[in-house]
Amino acid sequence: MRNETALGLAEARGPWARVLRFVLYAALFMVFAGPLLALMVGAFTPTVDPTQFTLWPDRLSLDNLERAVDRNVLDYLLNSFLVVGGGLALQVLVSVFAGYALARKRFRGSAVVLVLILATMMLPEEVLAVPLSVLLADLPLLHVSLVGSLVGMIVPVAAWGFSILVMTEFMKEIPKELEESARLDGAGEFRVFWQVVLPLCRPALGVIGIFGFTMIWDQYMLPLLVATDPAQYTLPLALRSLRSDDQVGIGVLLVGAFLAMLPSVLAFLALQRSFIRGLTSGAVKG
Amino acid sequence: MTATEARASSPKTRVRRPARPAAPVWSRLRRGATPWLFLAPALLLFLYFKFIPMAQAVRMSFEEVRPFLGNTYVGGENYAEIAGSSDFGAAVWHTVVLAVATTAGSIVLGLALALLLEGQTRALWFVRSAIFLPVVTAMAVVAEVWRVMYYPAEGGALNSVLGVLGLGPSEFLNSPDSSLASIAFVGIWRGAPYDMMIFLAGLAGVDRVLYEASAVDGASRWRRIWHVTLPGLRPVFAILLTLAAIRGLRVFTEVFLLTNGGPDGSTEVLLTLTYKLGLERNELGVAAAGTVLLFLVLLVLTVVSRLRRREVR
Repeated sequence: MRNETALGLAEARGPWARVLRFVLYAALFMVFAGPLLALMVGAFTPTVDPTQFTLWPDRLSLDNLERAVDRNVLDYLLNSFLVVGGGLALQVLVSVFAGYALARKRFRGSAVVLVLILATMMLPEEVLAVPLSVLLADLPLLHVSLVGSLVGMIVPVAAWGFSILVMTEFMKEIPKELEESARLDGAGEFRVFWQVVLPLCRPALGVIGIFGFTMIWDQYMLPLLVATDPAQYTLPLALRSLRSDDQVGIGVLLVGAFLAMLPSVLAFLALQRSFIRGLTSGAVKG
Repeated sequence: MTATEARASSPKTRVRRPARPAAPVWSRLRRGATPWLFLAPALLLFLYFKFIPMAQAVRMSFEEVRPFLGNTYVGGENYAEIAGSSDFGAAVWHTVVLAVATTAGSIVLGLALALLLEGQTRALWFVRSAIFLPVVTAMAVVAEVWRVMYYPAEGGALNSVLGVLGLGPSEFLNSPDSSLASIAFVGIWRGAPYDMMIFLAGLAGVDRVLYEASAVDGASRWRRIWHVTLPGLRPVFAILLTLAAIRGLRVFTEVFLLTNGGPDGSTEVLLTLTYKLGLERNELGVAAAGTVLLFLVLLVLTVVSRLRRREVR
Protein backbone atom coordinates (compact mmCIF):
# COMPACT_ATOMS: atom_id res chain seq x y z
CA MET A 1 0.00 0.00 0.00
CA ARG A 2 2.71 2.43 -0.95
CA ASN A 3 0.45 5.00 -2.57
CA GLU A 4 -2.29 4.97 -0.01
CA THR A 5 -4.14 8.26 0.36
CA ALA A 6 -5.37 9.80 3.58
CA LEU A 7 -9.04 9.51 2.75
CA GLY A 8 -8.81 6.30 0.75
CA LEU A 9 -11.34 7.52 -1.80
CA ALA A 10 -9.15 6.89 -4.82
CA GLU A 11 -8.53 3.27 -3.80
CA ALA A 12 -12.14 2.41 -2.96
CA ARG A 13 -13.48 -0.35 -5.21
CA GLY A 14 -16.99 -1.28 -6.18
CA PRO A 15 -19.73 0.30 -8.32
CA TRP A 16 -20.95 2.71 -5.64
CA ALA A 17 -17.51 4.09 -5.04
CA ARG A 18 -17.13 4.56 -8.76
CA VAL A 19 -20.43 6.42 -9.14
CA LEU A 20 -19.70 8.55 -6.09
CA ARG A 21 -16.29 9.42 -7.45
CA PHE A 22 -17.68 10.37 -10.83
CA VAL A 23 -20.40 12.60 -9.36
CA LEU A 24 -17.90 14.24 -7.05
CA TYR A 25 -15.32 14.89 -9.76
CA ALA A 26 -17.98 16.25 -12.11
CA ALA A 27 -19.38 18.55 -9.44
CA LEU A 28 -15.97 19.95 -8.53
CA PHE A 29 -15.11 20.36 -12.18
CA MET A 30 -18.29 22.36 -12.75
CA VAL A 31 -17.76 24.61 -9.74
CA PHE A 32 -14.20 25.59 -10.57
CA ALA A 33 -13.84 25.20 -14.33
CA GLY A 34 -17.51 25.77 -15.20
CA PRO A 35 -17.50 29.58 -15.14
CA LEU A 36 -14.36 29.64 -17.29
CA LEU A 37 -15.85 27.15 -19.75
CA ALA A 38 -19.01 29.24 -19.91
CA LEU A 39 -16.77 32.20 -20.72
CA MET A 40 -15.32 30.32 -23.66
CA VAL A 41 -18.76 29.23 -24.86
CA GLY A 42 -20.16 32.72 -24.40
CA ALA A 43 -17.42 34.24 -26.52
CA PHE A 44 -18.72 32.30 -29.54
CA THR A 45 -22.46 32.50 -28.98
CA PRO A 46 -24.91 35.39 -29.14
CA THR A 47 -24.75 36.58 -25.52
CA VAL A 48 -26.27 40.02 -25.28
CA ASP A 49 -26.91 40.17 -21.57
CA PRO A 50 -25.79 38.18 -18.51
CA THR A 51 -29.01 36.13 -18.36
CA GLN A 52 -27.87 34.37 -21.52
CA PHE A 53 -24.58 33.28 -19.97
CA THR A 54 -24.69 29.51 -20.28
CA LEU A 55 -22.74 26.34 -20.95
CA TRP A 56 -25.31 25.02 -23.44
CA PRO A 57 -25.79 27.52 -26.25
CA ASP A 58 -28.49 27.39 -28.91
CA ARG A 59 -26.21 28.36 -31.74
CA LEU A 60 -22.69 29.53 -32.42
CA SER A 61 -21.68 32.79 -34.03
CA LEU A 62 -18.62 34.87 -34.67
CA ASP A 63 -20.41 38.22 -34.23
CA ASN A 64 -18.83 38.80 -30.84
CA LEU A 65 -15.39 38.17 -32.24
CA GLU A 66 -15.89 40.52 -35.19
CA ARG A 67 -17.22 43.22 -32.92
CA ALA A 68 -14.34 42.68 -30.50
CA VAL A 69 -11.85 43.20 -33.30
CA ASP A 70 -13.64 46.46 -34.15
CA ARG A 71 -13.27 47.46 -30.53
CA ASN A 72 -9.46 46.99 -30.73
CA VAL A 73 -9.27 43.85 -28.64
CA LEU A 74 -6.42 42.57 -30.79
CA ASP A 75 -4.44 45.77 -30.12
CA TYR A 76 -4.88 45.26 -26.38
CA LEU A 77 -3.80 41.66 -26.80
CA LEU A 78 -0.71 42.78 -28.68
CA ASN A 79 0.12 45.24 -25.90
CA SER A 80 -0.21 42.44 -23.38
CA PHE A 81 2.15 40.26 -25.38
CA LEU A 82 4.68 43.07 -25.73
CA VAL A 83 4.61 43.72 -21.99
CA VAL A 84 4.84 40.07 -21.04
CA GLY A 85 7.52 39.38 -23.65
CA GLY A 86 9.74 42.29 -22.67
CA GLY A 87 9.06 41.98 -18.97
CA LEU A 88 9.69 38.25 -18.83
CA ALA A 89 12.92 38.40 -20.82
CA LEU A 90 14.30 41.08 -18.51
CA GLN A 91 12.98 39.38 -15.41
CA VAL A 92 14.61 36.04 -16.23
CA LEU A 93 17.90 37.74 -17.05
CA VAL A 94 17.93 39.83 -13.88
CA SER A 95 16.98 36.78 -11.79
CA VAL A 96 19.70 34.49 -13.12
CA PHE A 97 22.34 37.19 -12.64
CA ALA A 98 21.28 37.94 -9.08
CA GLY A 99 20.79 34.26 -8.25
CA TYR A 100 24.30 33.48 -9.47
CA ALA A 101 25.85 36.07 -7.18
CA LEU A 102 23.80 35.03 -4.16
CA ALA A 103 24.23 31.28 -4.64
CA ARG A 104 27.80 30.92 -5.89
CA LYS A 105 29.70 33.81 -4.30
CA ARG A 106 30.56 34.46 -0.70
CA PHE A 107 30.78 38.14 -0.04
CA ARG A 108 30.18 40.68 2.65
CA GLY A 109 26.66 42.02 2.65
CA SER A 110 24.98 39.01 1.04
CA ALA A 111 22.77 38.55 4.09
CA VAL A 112 21.66 42.18 3.85
CA VAL A 113 20.85 41.75 0.17
CA LEU A 114 18.69 38.73 0.97
CA VAL A 115 16.77 40.69 3.59
CA LEU A 116 16.26 43.53 1.12
CA ILE A 117 14.92 41.10 -1.48
CA LEU A 118 12.51 39.63 1.04
CA ALA A 119 11.43 43.17 1.92
CA THR A 120 10.54 43.90 -1.71
CA MET A 121 8.08 41.02 -1.61
CA MET A 122 6.07 42.97 0.96
CA LEU A 123 5.90 45.92 -1.42
CA PRO A 124 3.81 44.94 -4.42
CA GLU A 125 2.55 47.60 -6.82
CA GLU A 126 -0.88 47.63 -5.16
CA VAL A 127 0.62 48.78 -1.87
CA LEU A 128 2.98 51.29 -3.48
CA ALA A 129 0.40 52.66 -5.91
CA VAL A 130 0.32 56.22 -4.61
CA PRO A 131 4.07 56.94 -4.44
CA LEU A 132 4.65 54.89 -7.60
CA SER A 133 2.29 57.08 -9.57
CA VAL A 134 4.36 60.11 -8.57
CA LEU A 135 7.66 58.39 -9.27
CA LEU A 136 6.69 56.94 -12.65
CA ALA A 137 5.83 60.39 -13.91
CA ASP A 138 9.31 61.68 -13.07
CA LEU A 139 12.03 59.15 -12.28
CA PRO A 140 14.52 60.47 -9.70
CA LEU A 141 17.91 61.50 -11.20
CA LEU A 142 16.97 60.36 -14.71
CA HIS A 143 14.00 62.74 -14.93
CA VAL A 144 12.17 60.75 -17.55
CA SER A 145 8.52 59.86 -17.40
CA LEU A 146 7.39 56.27 -17.87
CA VAL A 147 3.72 57.22 -17.82
CA GLY A 148 1.92 56.68 -21.08
CA SER A 149 4.34 54.11 -22.46
CA LEU A 150 4.53 50.33 -22.34
CA VAL A 151 8.09 50.68 -21.03
CA GLY A 152 6.56 51.81 -17.76
CA MET A 153 4.78 48.46 -17.44
CA ILE A 154 7.87 46.44 -18.39
CA VAL A 155 10.80 47.87 -16.46
CA PRO A 156 9.24 47.81 -12.95
CA VAL A 157 8.46 44.07 -13.20
CA ALA A 158 11.98 43.23 -14.40
CA ALA A 159 13.15 42.47 -10.87
CA TRP A 160 11.00 40.05 -8.89
CA GLY A 161 12.08 38.70 -5.50
CA PHE A 162 10.36 35.36 -5.95
CA SER A 163 12.26 34.50 -9.15
CA ILE A 164 15.57 35.55 -7.64
CA LEU A 165 15.01 33.36 -4.58
CA VAL A 166 13.98 30.35 -6.69
CA MET A 167 17.08 30.80 -8.84
CA THR A 168 19.33 31.21 -5.78
CA GLU A 169 18.02 28.05 -4.13
CA PHE A 170 18.49 26.07 -7.30
CA MET A 171 21.97 27.34 -8.11
CA LYS A 172 23.17 26.42 -4.63
CA GLU A 173 22.65 22.75 -5.51
CA ILE A 174 25.02 22.73 -8.47
CA PRO A 175 28.29 21.03 -7.48
CA LYS A 176 31.20 23.37 -6.96
CA GLU A 177 33.57 20.96 -8.72
CA LEU A 178 32.08 21.65 -12.14
CA GLU A 179 32.77 25.32 -11.73
CA GLU A 180 36.30 24.74 -10.45
CA SER A 181 37.28 22.45 -13.29
CA ALA A 182 35.98 25.00 -15.79
CA ARG A 183 38.10 27.66 -14.10
CA LEU A 184 41.14 25.43 -14.30
CA ASP A 185 40.44 25.16 -18.01
CA GLY A 186 40.72 28.91 -18.13
CA ALA A 187 37.09 29.92 -18.22
CA GLY A 188 36.41 33.45 -17.04
CA GLU A 189 33.72 34.52 -14.64
CA PHE A 190 31.09 35.24 -17.25
CA ARG A 191 31.84 32.06 -19.12
CA VAL A 192 31.48 29.95 -15.96
CA PHE A 193 28.13 31.59 -15.39
CA TRP A 194 26.86 31.37 -18.95
CA GLN A 195 28.24 28.02 -20.11
CA VAL A 196 28.58 25.96 -16.94
CA VAL A 197 26.06 27.05 -14.32
CA LEU A 198 23.20 28.36 -16.43
CA PRO A 199 22.69 25.31 -18.69
CA LEU A 200 22.28 23.19 -15.56
CA CYS A 201 19.48 25.46 -14.35
CA ARG A 202 16.94 24.53 -16.99
CA PRO A 203 14.34 23.15 -14.55
CA ALA A 204 14.53 26.34 -12.50
CA LEU A 205 14.27 28.42 -15.65
CA GLY A 206 11.02 26.62 -16.40
CA VAL A 207 9.73 27.51 -12.96
CA ILE A 208 10.59 31.21 -13.08
CA GLY A 209 9.43 31.36 -16.70
CA ILE A 210 5.91 30.13 -16.04
CA PHE A 211 5.60 32.04 -12.75
CA GLY A 212 6.91 35.23 -14.29
CA PHE A 213 4.52 34.87 -17.20
CA THR A 214 1.48 34.49 -14.96
CA MET A 215 2.67 37.25 -12.64
CA ILE A 216 3.16 39.77 -15.43
CA TRP A 217 0.00 38.73 -17.27
CA ASP A 218 -1.92 39.22 -14.02
CA GLN A 219 -0.55 42.76 -13.47
CA TYR A 220 -3.36 45.22 -13.01
CA MET A 221 -2.22 48.11 -10.83
CA LEU A 222 0.88 48.90 -12.83
CA PRO A 223 -0.89 49.23 -16.21
CA LEU A 224 -3.62 51.16 -14.43
CA LEU A 225 -1.04 53.68 -13.19
CA VAL A 226 0.93 53.86 -16.42
CA ALA A 227 -1.69 53.85 -19.20
CA THR A 228 -3.05 57.29 -20.03
CA ASP A 229 -4.78 56.34 -23.25
CA PRO A 230 -6.62 53.21 -24.49
CA ALA A 231 -3.80 52.77 -27.03
CA GLN A 232 -1.63 51.61 -24.12
CA TYR A 233 -4.17 49.32 -22.43
CA THR A 234 -3.19 45.73 -21.82
CA LEU A 235 -6.03 43.26 -22.32
CA PRO A 236 -6.81 42.68 -18.62
CA LEU A 237 -6.88 46.44 -18.08
CA ALA A 238 -9.12 46.99 -21.11
CA LEU A 239 -11.79 44.55 -19.95
CA ARG A 240 -13.40 47.19 -17.74
CA SER A 241 -14.02 49.40 -20.77
CA LEU A 242 -15.49 46.51 -22.79
CA ARG A 243 -18.33 45.68 -20.41
CA SER A 244 -21.06 46.67 -22.81
CA ASP A 245 -21.50 47.14 -26.51
CA ASP A 246 -24.46 48.55 -28.41
CA GLN A 247 -24.49 45.63 -30.85
CA VAL A 248 -23.51 42.46 -29.05
CA GLY A 249 -23.92 43.47 -25.39
CA ILE A 250 -21.52 41.64 -23.09
CA GLY A 251 -20.33 39.54 -26.03
CA VAL A 252 -17.34 41.83 -26.48
CA LEU A 253 -16.39 41.49 -22.82
CA LEU A 254 -16.59 37.70 -23.07
CA VAL A 255 -14.30 37.62 -26.10
CA GLY A 256 -11.82 39.93 -24.37
CA ALA A 257 -11.88 37.93 -21.14
CA PHE A 258 -11.54 34.67 -23.05
CA LEU A 259 -8.50 35.96 -24.95
CA ALA A 260 -7.02 37.27 -21.70
CA MET A 261 -7.50 33.87 -20.10
CA LEU A 262 -6.22 31.69 -22.94
CA PRO A 263 -2.45 32.42 -22.91
CA SER A 264 -1.97 31.88 -19.19
CA VAL A 265 -4.09 28.72 -19.25
CA LEU A 266 -2.14 27.31 -22.20
CA ALA A 267 1.17 28.23 -20.58
CA PHE A 268 0.06 26.51 -17.39
CA LEU A 269 -1.06 23.35 -19.17
CA ALA A 270 2.20 23.20 -21.12
CA LEU A 271 4.47 23.76 -18.11
CA GLN A 272 2.30 22.26 -15.40
CA ARG A 273 5.04 20.29 -13.73
CA SER A 274 7.32 23.31 -13.44
CA PHE A 275 4.43 25.32 -12.10
CA ILE A 276 3.63 22.90 -9.32
CA ARG A 277 7.29 22.51 -8.41
CA GLY A 278 7.58 26.29 -8.06
CA LEU A 279 4.35 26.50 -6.13
CA THR A 280 5.51 24.12 -3.44
CA SER A 281 9.03 25.50 -3.21
CA GLY A 282 7.72 29.06 -3.29
CA ALA A 283 5.25 28.39 -0.53
CA VAL A 284 7.90 26.90 1.68
CA LYS A 285 10.30 29.77 1.10
CA GLY A 286 7.60 32.34 1.39
CA MET B 1 36.82 34.27 -32.77
CA THR B 2 34.55 35.51 -30.05
CA ALA B 3 35.64 37.45 -27.04
CA THR B 4 35.21 34.56 -24.66
CA GLU B 5 37.30 32.28 -26.83
CA ALA B 6 40.00 34.88 -27.00
CA ARG B 7 40.12 35.00 -23.26
CA ALA B 8 40.13 31.25 -22.98
CA SER B 9 43.04 30.91 -25.40
CA SER B 10 45.35 32.92 -23.20
CA PRO B 11 44.95 30.84 -20.09
CA LYS B 12 48.28 31.57 -18.47
CA THR B 13 47.22 34.81 -16.93
CA ARG B 14 43.93 33.47 -15.71
CA VAL B 15 44.59 29.93 -14.59
CA ARG B 16 47.42 30.87 -12.28
CA ARG B 17 45.40 31.82 -9.25
CA PRO B 18 47.24 34.77 -7.73
CA ALA B 19 49.03 33.62 -4.62
CA ARG B 20 46.98 34.99 -1.74
CA PRO B 21 49.37 37.43 -0.10
CA ALA B 22 50.74 38.81 -3.34
CA ALA B 23 47.41 39.31 -5.11
CA PRO B 24 47.49 42.55 -7.02
CA VAL B 25 45.08 45.12 -5.75
CA TRP B 26 43.06 45.35 -8.93
CA SER B 27 42.52 41.59 -9.06
CA ARG B 28 41.26 41.53 -5.48
CA LEU B 29 39.07 44.48 -6.22
CA ARG B 30 37.71 42.76 -9.29
CA ARG B 31 36.93 39.64 -7.37
CA GLY B 32 35.22 41.67 -4.69
CA ALA B 33 33.20 43.55 -7.27
CA THR B 34 32.04 40.48 -9.22
CA PRO B 35 29.02 39.57 -7.07
CA TRP B 36 27.93 43.20 -6.99
CA LEU B 37 28.10 43.44 -10.77
CA PHE B 38 25.85 40.42 -11.05
CA LEU B 39 23.48 41.90 -8.47
CA ALA B 40 23.49 45.41 -9.86
CA PRO B 41 20.48 45.15 -12.21
CA ALA B 42 18.25 43.66 -9.53
CA LEU B 43 19.37 46.09 -6.85
CA LEU B 44 18.99 49.13 -9.08
CA LEU B 45 15.50 48.10 -10.12
CA PHE B 46 14.47 47.41 -6.55
CA LEU B 47 15.90 50.74 -5.49
CA TYR B 48 13.92 52.57 -8.14
CA PHE B 49 10.61 50.77 -7.99
CA LYS B 50 10.40 49.56 -4.39
CA PHE B 51 12.62 51.42 -1.97
CA ILE B 52 12.53 54.96 -3.34
CA PRO B 53 8.70 54.83 -3.61
CA MET B 54 8.54 53.54 -0.06
CA ALA B 55 10.80 56.35 1.16
CA GLN B 56 8.73 58.84 -0.82
CA ALA B 57 5.57 57.49 0.77
CA VAL B 58 7.07 58.07 4.21
CA ARG B 59 8.12 61.61 3.28
CA MET B 60 4.84 62.46 1.60
CA SER B 61 2.91 61.18 4.60
CA PHE B 62 4.31 64.10 6.63
CA GLU B 63 3.65 66.67 3.93
CA GLU B 64 0.86 68.45 2.23
CA VAL B 65 1.61 67.51 -1.37
CA ARG B 66 1.00 70.36 -3.79
CA PRO B 67 2.15 69.65 -7.33
CA PHE B 68 4.04 72.59 -8.88
CA LEU B 69 3.83 74.65 -5.68
CA GLY B 70 6.14 72.61 -3.51
CA ASN B 71 5.26 70.48 -0.54
CA THR B 72 4.97 71.76 2.99
CA TYR B 73 5.72 69.85 6.15
CA VAL B 74 2.59 69.25 8.19
CA GLY B 75 3.82 66.82 10.85
CA GLY B 76 1.32 64.15 11.83
CA GLU B 77 -1.70 65.89 10.33
CA ASN B 78 -2.15 63.37 7.52
CA TYR B 79 -2.04 60.50 9.98
CA ALA B 80 -4.55 62.24 12.24
CA GLU B 81 -6.80 62.85 9.27
CA ILE B 82 -6.79 59.33 7.90
CA ALA B 83 -6.91 57.58 11.26
CA GLY B 84 -9.75 59.83 12.37
CA SER B 85 -11.90 59.39 9.29
CA SER B 86 -14.77 56.95 9.47
CA ASP B 87 -13.99 55.77 5.92
CA PHE B 88 -10.62 54.53 7.09
CA GLY B 89 -12.05 52.66 10.06
CA ALA B 90 -14.63 51.00 7.81
CA ALA B 91 -11.98 50.15 5.23
CA VAL B 92 -9.77 48.52 7.87
CA TRP B 93 -12.74 46.51 9.11
CA HIS B 94 -13.74 45.37 5.60
CA THR B 95 -10.15 44.46 4.78
CA VAL B 96 -9.78 42.36 7.90
CA VAL B 97 -13.16 40.64 7.43
CA LEU B 98 -12.33 39.90 3.81
CA ALA B 99 -8.83 38.64 4.64
CA VAL B 100 -10.07 36.38 7.45
CA ALA B 101 -13.02 35.00 5.45
CA THR B 102 -10.97 34.38 2.32
CA THR B 103 -8.06 32.84 4.24
CA ALA B 104 -10.22 30.56 6.38
CA GLY B 105 -12.51 29.58 3.52
CA SER B 106 -9.62 28.82 1.18
CA ILE B 107 -7.78 26.72 3.75
CA VAL B 108 -10.82 24.66 4.78
CA LEU B 109 -12.01 24.12 1.23
CA GLY B 110 -8.46 23.61 -0.03
CA LEU B 111 -7.86 20.90 2.57
CA ALA B 112 -11.15 19.21 1.68
CA LEU B 113 -10.24 19.29 -2.01
CA ALA B 114 -6.79 17.90 -1.32
CA LEU B 115 -8.18 15.01 0.73
CA LEU B 116 -10.83 14.25 -1.90
CA LEU B 117 -8.51 14.53 -4.88
CA GLU B 118 -5.34 12.91 -3.53
CA GLY B 119 -4.15 10.02 -5.64
CA GLN B 120 -2.36 8.94 -8.79
CA THR B 121 -5.10 8.10 -11.30
CA ARG B 122 -5.38 9.94 -14.61
CA ALA B 123 -8.91 11.07 -13.82
CA LEU B 124 -7.64 12.75 -10.65
CA TRP B 125 -4.82 14.42 -12.48
CA PHE B 126 -7.31 15.81 -14.99
CA VAL B 127 -9.75 17.07 -12.36
CA ARG B 128 -6.97 18.68 -10.34
CA SER B 129 -5.65 20.52 -13.41
CA ALA B 130 -9.14 21.78 -14.27
CA ILE B 131 -9.78 22.93 -10.71
CA PHE B 132 -6.49 24.80 -10.70
CA LEU B 133 -7.37 26.94 -13.73
CA PRO B 134 -8.85 29.84 -11.68
CA VAL B 135 -5.45 30.30 -10.00
CA VAL B 136 -3.57 30.91 -13.24
CA THR B 137 -6.30 33.05 -14.78
CA ALA B 138 -5.66 36.79 -14.43
CA MET B 139 -7.62 38.36 -11.59
CA ALA B 140 -9.19 40.87 -13.95
CA VAL B 141 -10.68 38.01 -15.98
CA VAL B 142 -11.90 36.26 -12.84
CA ALA B 143 -13.55 39.45 -11.62
CA GLU B 144 -15.31 40.12 -14.92
CA VAL B 145 -16.55 36.52 -15.18
CA TRP B 146 -17.99 36.73 -11.69
CA ARG B 147 -19.63 40.06 -12.38
CA VAL B 148 -21.54 38.22 -15.09
CA MET B 149 -22.17 35.16 -12.92
CA TYR B 150 -23.48 37.39 -10.12
CA TYR B 151 -26.01 39.16 -12.36
CA PRO B 152 -28.54 40.20 -9.74
CA ALA B 153 -31.78 39.31 -11.52
CA GLU B 154 -33.67 36.05 -11.81
CA GLY B 155 -32.01 34.88 -15.03
CA GLY B 156 -28.43 35.43 -13.83
CA ALA B 157 -26.20 32.37 -13.99
CA LEU B 158 -25.71 31.91 -10.27
CA ASN B 159 -29.28 32.89 -9.46
CA SER B 160 -30.48 30.19 -11.86
CA VAL B 161 -28.45 27.64 -9.90
CA LEU B 162 -29.87 29.00 -6.64
CA GLY B 163 -33.36 28.82 -8.19
CA VAL B 164 -32.94 25.10 -8.86
CA LEU B 165 -32.06 24.70 -5.18
CA GLY B 166 -35.13 26.70 -4.22
CA LEU B 167 -33.16 29.75 -3.07
CA GLY B 168 -32.67 33.32 -4.20
CA PRO B 169 -32.64 35.35 -6.29
CA SER B 170 -29.88 37.24 -4.49
CA GLU B 171 -28.67 40.74 -5.19
CA PHE B 172 -25.06 39.60 -4.69
CA LEU B 173 -22.76 42.56 -5.42
CA ASN B 174 -25.62 45.04 -5.63
CA SER B 175 -26.71 44.90 -2.02
CA PRO B 176 -24.63 46.09 0.93
CA ASP B 177 -25.80 43.00 2.81
CA SER B 178 -24.24 40.51 0.42
CA SER B 179 -21.54 42.45 -1.43
CA LEU B 180 -18.61 41.70 0.88
CA ALA B 181 -19.55 38.02 1.13
CA SER B 182 -19.77 37.83 -2.66
CA ILE B 183 -16.24 39.21 -3.01
CA ALA B 184 -14.98 36.81 -0.35
CA PHE B 185 -16.56 33.94 -2.28
CA VAL B 186 -14.62 34.88 -5.42
CA GLY B 187 -11.43 35.03 -3.32
CA ILE B 188 -12.12 31.55 -1.95
CA TRP B 189 -12.95 30.21 -5.40
CA ARG B 190 -9.54 31.32 -6.59
CA GLY B 191 -7.67 30.66 -3.32
CA ALA B 192 -8.89 27.14 -2.48
CA PRO B 193 -7.29 25.40 -5.50
CA TYR B 194 -4.01 27.12 -4.68
CA ASP B 195 -4.17 25.88 -1.10
CA MET B 196 -5.17 22.45 -2.40
CA MET B 197 -1.91 22.14 -4.35
CA ILE B 198 0.14 23.06 -1.28
CA PHE B 199 -1.81 20.60 0.87
CA LEU B 200 -1.29 17.87 -1.74
CA ALA B 201 2.46 18.45 -1.54
CA GLY B 202 2.16 18.23 2.22
CA LEU B 203 0.09 15.03 2.03
CA ALA B 204 2.73 13.40 -0.15
CA GLY B 205 5.21 14.06 2.63
CA VAL B 206 3.20 12.35 5.38
CA ASP B 207 4.92 9.15 6.40
CA ARG B 208 3.04 6.18 4.93
CA VAL B 209 4.43 3.91 7.65
CA LEU B 210 2.23 5.79 10.10
CA TYR B 211 -0.82 4.93 7.99
CA GLU B 212 0.09 1.27 8.07
CA ALA B 213 0.67 1.43 11.83
CA SER B 214 -2.72 3.04 12.39
CA ALA B 215 -4.34 0.37 10.20
CA VAL B 216 -2.70 -2.33 12.33
CA ASP B 217 -4.07 -0.59 15.42
CA GLY B 218 -7.54 -0.78 13.86
CA ALA B 219 -8.02 2.99 13.71
CA SER B 220 -10.91 4.21 11.56
CA ARG B 221 -10.36 6.37 8.48
CA TRP B 222 -11.44 9.52 10.32
CA ARG B 223 -9.29 8.85 13.37
CA ARG B 224 -6.38 8.31 11.04
CA ILE B 225 -6.93 11.66 9.36
CA TRP B 226 -7.34 13.40 12.68
CA HIS B 227 -4.39 11.81 14.46
CA VAL B 228 -1.92 11.17 11.65
CA THR B 229 -2.65 13.29 8.58
CA LEU B 230 -3.58 16.62 10.12
CA PRO B 231 -0.65 16.73 12.58
CA GLY B 232 1.60 15.92 9.62
CA LEU B 233 0.22 18.95 7.80
CA ARG B 234 0.87 21.42 10.63
CA PRO B 235 3.75 23.25 8.94
CA VAL B 236 1.59 23.64 5.82
CA PHE B 237 -1.16 25.27 7.87
CA ALA B 238 1.30 27.71 9.41
CA ILE B 239 2.68 28.71 6.02
CA LEU B 240 -0.71 29.09 4.35
CA LEU B 241 -2.15 31.11 7.21
CA THR B 242 0.55 33.76 7.19
CA LEU B 243 0.86 33.85 3.40
CA ALA B 244 -2.88 34.26 2.96
CA ALA B 245 -3.18 36.85 5.71
CA ILE B 246 -0.53 39.00 4.06
CA ARG B 247 -2.13 38.56 0.64
CA GLY B 248 -5.56 39.28 2.06
CA LEU B 249 -4.52 42.64 3.46
CA ARG B 250 -3.32 43.89 0.10
CA VAL B 251 -6.48 42.95 -1.80
CA PHE B 252 -7.21 45.43 -4.57
CA THR B 253 -7.96 44.24 -8.10
CA GLU B 254 -11.03 42.09 -7.41
CA VAL B 255 -12.64 44.75 -5.22
CA PHE B 256 -11.81 47.50 -7.70
CA LEU B 257 -13.43 45.58 -10.54
CA LEU B 258 -16.31 43.87 -8.77
CA THR B 259 -17.70 46.78 -6.75
CA ASN B 260 -15.07 49.54 -6.54
CA GLY B 261 -15.95 49.86 -2.86
CA GLY B 262 -19.69 50.10 -3.33
CA PRO B 263 -22.57 49.83 -2.84
CA ASP B 264 -22.66 52.50 -0.12
CA GLY B 265 -19.03 51.91 0.77
CA SER B 266 -19.90 48.40 1.96
CA THR B 267 -16.82 46.87 0.33
CA GLU B 268 -14.28 49.70 0.55
CA VAL B 269 -10.92 48.18 1.51
CA LEU B 270 -7.63 49.84 2.43
CA LEU B 271 -6.13 49.84 -1.03
CA THR B 272 -9.23 50.94 -2.91
CA LEU B 273 -9.49 53.77 -0.38
CA THR B 274 -5.87 54.90 -0.75
CA TYR B 275 -6.19 54.60 -4.52
CA LYS B 276 -9.20 56.90 -4.51
CA LEU B 277 -7.61 59.34 -2.06
CA GLY B 278 -4.33 59.52 -3.92
CA LEU B 279 -5.22 59.18 -7.58
CA GLU B 280 -8.78 60.43 -7.81
CA ARG B 281 -9.05 63.06 -5.06
CA ASN B 282 -5.37 63.94 -5.27
CA GLU B 283 -4.88 63.93 -1.50
CA LEU B 284 -1.48 62.37 -1.90
CA GLY B 285 -0.24 63.10 1.61
CA VAL B 286 -3.20 61.43 3.30
CA ALA B 287 -3.06 58.48 0.92
CA ALA B 288 0.66 58.12 1.63
CA ALA B 289 -0.09 58.00 5.35
CA GLY B 290 -2.50 55.14 4.66
CA THR B 291 0.17 53.37 2.61
CA VAL B 292 2.71 53.70 5.42
CA LEU B 293 0.26 52.35 8.00
CA LEU B 294 -0.53 49.32 5.83
CA PHE B 295 3.16 48.78 5.23
CA LEU B 296 3.83 48.73 8.98
CA VAL B 297 1.17 46.07 9.49
CA LEU B 298 2.59 43.97 6.65
CA LEU B 299 6.06 44.35 8.12
CA VAL B 300 4.97 43.13 11.54
CA LEU B 301 3.08 40.19 10.04
CA THR B 302 6.01 39.19 7.85
CA VAL B 303 8.53 39.36 10.68
CA VAL B 304 6.26 37.38 12.98
CA SER B 305 5.70 34.73 10.32
CA ARG B 306 9.43 34.45 9.62
CA LEU B 307 10.18 33.99 13.31
CA ARG B 308 7.41 31.43 13.70
CA ARG B 309 8.56 29.53 10.66
CA ARG B 310 12.01 29.29 12.13
CA GLU B 311 10.43 27.77 15.25
CA VAL B 312 8.52 25.24 13.16
CA ARG B 313 11.76 24.05 11.70
